Amino acid sequence: MPLDEHELLNMLPRLRRYARALVRHKEEADDLVQDTLERAWLKSSLWRGVADMRGWLFSIMHNLHADGARRPRIHTVELDDNTPEIPIAAQQGEQLAMRDLQAALNQLPDEQREVLLLVALEEMAYADIAKTLNIPMGTVMSRLSRGRERLRIVLETQAKPVHLRIVK
Amino acid sequence: MKNSTHTVTEAELHASIDGQLSSDRQLEVDAYLTAHPDEARRMQSYQAQKQALRDLYNPVLNEKPSARLQYAAKAPRPWHLQRIAAGLVIAISSAGSAWVARGMADENTLQTAFIQPYAGDNAPHKLAGFAQRAAVAHVVYSPDTRRPVEVGADQAQQLENWLSNRLGAPIKPPSLQSVGYTLIGGRLLPGERGPVAQLMYHDASGQRLTLYVTQEIPSQTQATSAFQFGQDGPVNVFYWVDKNMGYAISSGSAQPDLLRVAKVVHQQKIMM
Repeated sequence: MPLDEHELLNMLPRLRRYARALVRHKEEADDLVQDTLERAWLKSSLWRGVADMRGWLFSIMHNLHADGARRPRIHTVELDDNTPEIPIAAQQGEQLAMRDLQAALNQLPDEQREVLLLVALEEMAYADIAKTLNIPMGTVMSRLSRGRERLRIVLETQAKPVHLRIVK
Repeated sequence: MKNSTHTVTEAELHASIDGQLSSDRQLEVDAYLTAHPDEARRMQSYQAQKQALRDLYNPVLNEKPSARLQYAAKAPRPWHLQRIAAGLVIAISSAGSAWVARGMADENTLQTAFIQPYAGDNAPHKLAGFAQRAAVAHVVYSPDTRRPVEVGADQAQQLENWLSNRLGAPIKPPSLQSVGYTLIGGRLLPGERGPVAQLMYHDASGQRLTLYVTQEIPSQTQATSAFQFGQDGPVNVFYWVDKNMGYAISSGSAQPDLLRVAKVVHQQKIMM
């Protein structure tokens, strides 16, 4: 079989990055990645015909995420309990902004978030996104446009000073 | 959406941010943005947003994927696939059949001084609860292609620490190299009242063996008991109680082979 597990291993960090941005929790994201890899091996007889392995893998992940019918899993205790939920890339001040961005991203519908992330993180060509998500090009563009605008508005609203008050 | 333009489409504006525009169109978009500062600001904001997303999530690329993901990325071995089917058959037959055990026919094979000899009648009797759970756990996990264990032997120290912490008692996986078995790793399983440990080994042919270690022994059991042998279809189990810990070794191997392993396990200090 012309299967190359190195190719899957090489894609693993990118699949994890995308999944982490797509779903809220680290564990959930890794579950999605794991299901994607398992599905990929199940369908490994098709690999020979796959020209764009990245698009194929992302489309598997998209389908698994979209149908939401992934098998329920009982969570076991992971070794890396101390791994933060949010990747810490920034200093204190920036960190808050990062958290805001993550919160804002979570307010987008999945369909807009997917397109936004494939563009931003994967730098995928629009035509490839259309294939990966199995939607027309026009839909890719309108989701991208609406998603970006919505994210901008959410972030700008967040940036305004918030007056705290005690709720009795 | 902001008002579109007669000369440049919304899609082209986005394509210009994403570097997906032909160079001649890019020039026209640039000219358009110069003439429309509001639109230029909007596009700058999108650009910043894109960069912020990359800053936020790119660190994930440098994280080491957990062992389970690395495992899932690797090709399943053909013999695993064969054993999935076998495992299912065993699991189904185990669920319905009565669990019986036979006493050890040959007490002389037990040479370990501090094991009390088994009373030795050949009448079948029910296995202790933990031995049955051990056998079921063996049937469930040993054919698993993806995650036979939660923590692999390559992380030996972590495995030891993790199991010890979760069991609440220090445990050290025994070495079975002398009888040809290598540690694959271990996992935690739910017992009746708390976690129990399952350690998995394999031999050169891929035959898997599990060692089940539990604090949940039946209350009437003596603190230390003889080896006992039980069998259900193709799964053989040796089990015993030592210093209030229950041990069960399950495998598809023949009884004499399994007994050799059981003796090696017994001789080692597993619970520190």
